[in-house]
Parts: sequence; C-alpha cells; structure tokens
Amino acid sequence: MIAGHAARIAGWMFAAPALLVLLVFFGLPVAAALALSLTDFDLYALADVRNLRPVGLDNYLELLRTPLFWKALGNTVYFVAAGVPLSIGLSLAAALLLHAKAARFRPLFRTALFAPVVTTVVAVAVIWRYLFHTSYGLVNWALGLVGISPVDWLGDPRWAMPTIILFAAWKNFGYNMVILLAGLQAIPEELYEAARIDGASRWRQFLHITLPQLGPVLLVVAVITVSGYFQLFAEPYVMTRGDPLQSTVSVLYFMYEEGFRWWNLGRASAVAFLLFLVILAATTLLLRLGRRRGLV
Amino acid sequence: MSGARGAGQGRLQVLLVNGALLVLASASLAPLLWMLSVSFMPMGEASRFPPPLLPESPTLDNYRELFMRTDAARSFANSLGVSLAVTLLSLLFNAMAGYAFAKLRFPGRDGLFRLLLAALVVPAQVAMLPLFLLMKQLGLVNTYAGVVLPALASVFGIFLVRQYARSIPDELLEAARIDGAGELRIFFQIVLPLLRPVLVTLAVFTFLAAWNDFMWPLIVLTGQEHYTLPVSLAALSREHIMDVELMMAGAVVTVVPVLLLFLLLQRYYIQGLLLGSVKG
Repeated sequence: MIAGHAARIAGWMFAAPALLVLLVFFGLPVAAALALSLTDFDLYALADVRNLRPVGLDNYLELLRTPLFWKALGNTVYFVAAGVPLSIGLSLAAALLLHAKAARFRPLFRTALFAPVVTTVVAVAVIWRYLFHTSYGLVNWALGLVGISPVDWLGDPRWAMPTIILFAAWKNFGYNMVILLAGLQAIPEELYEAARIDGASRWRQFLHITLPQLGPVLLVVAVITVSGYFQLFAEPYVMTRGDPLQSTVSVLYFMYEEGFRWWNLGRASAVAFLLFLVILAATTLLLRLGRRRGLV
Repeated sequence: MSGARGAGQGRLQVLLVNGALLVLASASLAPLLWMLSVSFMPMGEASRFPPPLLPESPTLDNYRELFMRTDAARSFANSLGVSLAVTLLSLLFNAMAGYAFAKLRFPGRDGLFRLLLAALVVPAQVAMLPLFLLMKQLGLVNTYAGVVLPALASVFGIFLVRQYARSIPDELLEAARIDGAGELRIFFQIVLPLLRPVLVTLAVFTFLAAWNDFMWPLIVLTGQEHYTLPVSLAALSREHIMDVELMMAGAVVTVVPVLLLFLLLQRYYIQGLLLGSVKG
C-alpha cells in the first residue's frame, strides 16, 4: 500500500475515467429517468423544453389504466414464467449429460451446445422466422411428415409467444449450462460414493445430493435469467413486431414504441421504472425463497 | 451386480448419454447450418416445397447482391469499427479502475465499489430515454460516438479486473515505488502485463457484446449510413421479407465473425462467464 497524498490522488486518477463514463452515461440518466417519468415530456417538449410540465404520478396512474400496458406486462410475465424454467431445465439436462462419466467428445459437445449463445439475436431471430414459416418452413414440413397439419407459428396469437419462448430457450440455455456444469464439477465425489454404498438409486442420488449441492448455483442462475428475460425486446421486434393481436408486445417493446415512435418520453420513462420495480420484486422474491431454503 | 451385466449397462449408458448429447447438439447447430446452406441457394430455391436442405447448385449471388445492392459492407465496417473502439477503450478504462479498486487506497473506495455493485440491479434500458436526450443535446444522435461513449466502462469489466488484480503482490508494486517508478509507469509496465489473461477474457466479452448489441444502436443511430449489422439486418428483414436467401447471407455475415472469435478464444470466454456469474 502506498501511503500519503500522492497515493490517494493516484487511486482517484485511475478510477476517474471509468467512473466518469458510468456517472454521465448511466448514473445521471437513471436519475433523470425518474424525474422524466414525473413530467409530460412529449413531442412538443422535445421541440421546446418550455412545453414541459410536471404531472406528479399521472404517468404511472395512466399506465395502470392502459390495457396495452397490462397486456405487455402479462405477455412478459408469460415469457418469464414459461421461458425461465424451460431454459434452466434444458441447461441442467445438458450439464448433467456433459458431466456424466459416459459422455464422450465433451469439449466438442460443449462448444456445439454453447454456440447459439454467442450468436447475434437479430440474425438468429431472422433464421427462426423462416424455419417456423407457415407454408415453406422446415418445422412445419417435418411435422407434416408425422401427419401434423401446418401451424401458423408466428401468425397465430396462441402460438407466437410459445415460439418466441422456444427460441429464447434455444438461444440461451448454453450460458447457464456452463455455470451449472462448473457447479456439478464442484460437488465432492465422496458424497456419491457414500450414497452408492448405501444402495441409493441414481434418481435418489440426484434428488438428495446433486440438487441440494447445486442449490446456491441454481439460485444465482435463476436470478440472472429472470432479470434477463424480463428485458425481452429484440425477439418480438424482429420476429413479430409485437403481433399477432399484440400477443408478443413485451414491456420493453411497449416502452420503445411509446418513447421512440410516439415520443412520449415521460410515459416511457414511467414504463421503464415500473419494469425495474417488477424485476426487483421478482428477484427479491426468488432470493427470499432461496434464503428460506437455506441456499444463501 | 455381475460383471457382464455391469458392462452391458455401461454400454447402454454410453449410448443413451451420447445419443442425447448428439440430439441436443444437432438442435443447437441445425438453424445455423441451415442458414449457411440457404445463403448459397439461388433466389427462390428455399421457398420451394418440400424445403431443400442443401443448395442444388451453390452460388455466391446472394453475397454479391448483399454487398453490391445493400449497405451491408458499410454496416459491416460500422460494426467492426464500433466494436473495436468500444473494446480497446473500455479495456483501458476498466483495467485502470479495476486496478485502482483492488490495489490503490483512496478515500471513498469501498463505499464507491459497493455502489457500483448495487447499480447492477438497474436494467440498462432505464437509462436509455434520458440518454437519448443527452445525446441529442451533445449533437451525438446518429454518430458513432453516440454508440461508443456509453459503452466505455462497465461495472462487470471493473469487477472482473478487480477480482483478478487482487492477486498482484503488494511487495511488487512497493518495490517499484521505492525504485522511484511513477504510478503510471507501474501501471503500464508492471500491472498491465500481469493482467493479460483477464484482459483477453474481458476483450472477448466486450467485443461480442458490442457486436451483438441491438437496442441502443437502434435508438441512437437514425441513418442507414451509420447502422451496425444487427440494426441493418433488422431493417433489411422488413424490406426483403420474402428474400430468404439474401437474408440468410446477411445473417451469415453477422453471425460468423463472432462465432469464429468465440471458437478461437473459447477458453477465455468461458472463464469470464464463470467469474462473472459469481456477481449474482
């Protein structure tokens, strides 16, 4: 440790550029977003700031009376509630397979399973749009081989969100797979040996050793995934534009349209803050549940 | 368990486990392979029924069309330039800050670091609306700087470097100071070389994130000439919706660079992912 005045200045000097960037381009905008959400900032205010009026909590109250906001929130909750378990389930299954003693070509399989994670969402969403095309998509063609008639995947309000959920699970499961795999590798082998001597079946070993030992890692993974999935945007933007019948409008998609299409920046800021609160509530709830089970 | 039965079970297990892995891996790669295949098909071939898996007579027409008739070349250069600028500059800023938080004592350091970690719970999108207004004030809407500036530092990057830098022995830095080396020289000549592994990790992470980023570039870049590849591809897919083969060529151009980078530096990327997930 350096002592004295020069040292302190050095510390600040080294931290300053990054801190300045974070302050100017993140900290201040977040504070400004809160202020903005309490005003009627719109196209007129964008042209001339003198048109700006404070409106208190009106934006929030009005949002709570807007059916499309509730629809967007409902769609997003649907995406999170179905997408997170599906994604993590896939991740866990893949991690268990890779961890199994019987697995061959591990590095090769791991790389293949992880590949979708590093791809560009927009590009692979475009691919999926064609794969799930009603009349010439490969998926419907394959289903046709087993006698299932074509499904209008992205054009039917019942199927559009499930298709996006499937897409997200495909795109993201590799990420958590790697984290869970590291978690599996950290479980002491002796625990399994002891269980085998006691004659515990594989399923019981999984239930009574693997899952509890993996608990803390699963909790971290769940928190990261839930907060990430609430930020659904690019998928509906590219695959459905929020349609059919607004069945894939997510909260962020709604915010984007409100803010950058209609220029209701005050209202859009309120949407952003409500989403933040929802994410905070959901992740806090998860952590509480985890704590009660003694995972943290 | 008798020996023969055990061996039989073992073989069955190898078959089941690897079979399942093969199915999963195929499902992961199939869409990407299909993209590659269709990008070489002549126009209209992919819309036939039944859909062909491989091009009958492979052609580069789609790539030619993509680069001659659309702005793809421009977008590719934009993406590359923006991602490289973000990676190089943020690497320097995050390394300096991470080192300071790990090894230099300054007033308010620990409180500040806790504040940074707490800021991780705020989704980036909350900042985007005022950020747009700020960029408009600064005259940076529809400029490369508008995309690059907000990405010049990240809490994740600072955190990653700090975790790694804590293992640098204080005696080493102290000895350099006694020898009369200035703080800048210590940082560039002693600390940076020691941080090399974590910097490679962070560089891969940052480059991939910058290349794949969509929402902020979509907001701040309003003119085609500045579009990055994802923004350009999203716009293209609206215009050329029926042109499957052309779109797949566009997807290949967007995805292949990051896939190659990942394949080359996979080890570093996975390390960063594991370190980063500790942050919770």
